[in-house]
Amino acid sequence: MTVTQQIITIGMVILGTMLTRFIPFLVFPAGKPTPEYIRYLGKVLPAAVFGLLVVYCLKNVSLFAGSRGIPEMLSIVVVVGLHLWKRQMLLSIAGGTICYMLLVQLVF
Amino acid sequence: MSRKMKLLSAMKAAFPHTIPIFAGFWFLGMTYGIYMNVSGFSFWYPMLMSLTIFAGSMEFVAVNLLLGAFNPLQAFAMTLMINARHLFYGISMLDKYRGNGLKDIYLIFGMCDESFSINYTADIPEGIDKGWFMFFVTLFNHFYWFFGATLGGIFGSLIHFNTEGLDFVMTAMFVVIFMEQWMKEKNHVSAFVGIGVSLLCLIAFGAENFIIPAMVGILGVLTLVKNPLQAEIGRVGER
Repeated sequence: MTVTQQIITIGMVILGTMLTRFIPFLVFPAGKPTPEYIRYLGKVLPAAVFGLLVVYCLKNVSLFAGSRGIPEMLSIVVVVGLHLWKRQMLLSIAGGTICYMLLVQLVF
Repeated sequence: MSRKMKLLSAMKAAFPHTIPIFAGFWFLGMTYGIYMNVSGFSFWYPMLMSLTIFAGSMEFVAVNLLLGAFNPLQAFAMTLMINARHLFYGISMLDKYRGNGLKDIYLIFGMCDESFSINYTADIPEGIDKGWFMFFVTLFNHFYWFFGATLGGIFGSLIHFNTEGLDFVMTAMFVVIFMEQWMKEKNHVSAFVGIGVSLLCLIAFGAENFIIPAMVGILGVLTLVKNPLQAEIGRVGER
């Protein structure tokens, strides 16, 4: 690719990304009431999307090969346990990550 | 409160929320910078791309696009597909990302997974300006990513210590955010739909292709159960 072609390619990626971010705000202008169905989605979608993102993070974990997802499962249990116990976001995240690093570097 | 004080207090309130992202973006950004470095691009590429695209997974894909044959339409279509989840974020943020003046444009521009997650779930303390709080969350995240990507691009070949497993920080963060959202809601149908449909699609379509079917499936199921679910949420809310 020439530099011009590279710039065009990167430009397309920027344009695509910005479209997905700005479209909802352009399609549903302020002042006009947002359709009821869209307001419903705005209310219920986040919980589902966060669920999707958790699955997305784990998408490359294989239950039938390598460490069989055991380090991931154990570390998530640590995250959930810490969070139920102290409900300190940073503590839960740091605890789970350190647990995972120790598991994949020393155990598995 | 003077304008300077208002900015400073919003910045101080926003920073702790972004610390987990600092760890994650530093690492992923570096990884991305190193990846570009070893793919033969100078540090200008990760530096400018992290600044202008600011969508992590897409930037990794963009490296492959740049290494392949010139095909701008395909680059455009792939971007739309990979980033389609932002449409969901936007719909959820229609109210929050409005009425903050010019900051709105930057907030929407910087609406990556992590900025959205924090700004959607954070309980912003009383007396802190919401617009500036969300602005600083976005700005800090943007800076971490830019910083990591640029450093990775410059010093890519010089790093030698065992960071294996550090990327789990992202998983841990989304698990915590999912739990926070769970504890905030009395009705968990949507959370179950999200996990269930995503898992089914992951099994059916595989790791590389499951996102789009999962999103379509989530939309479909939530649309099907709209009337009973809305009645249930309304009933619980009234108690």
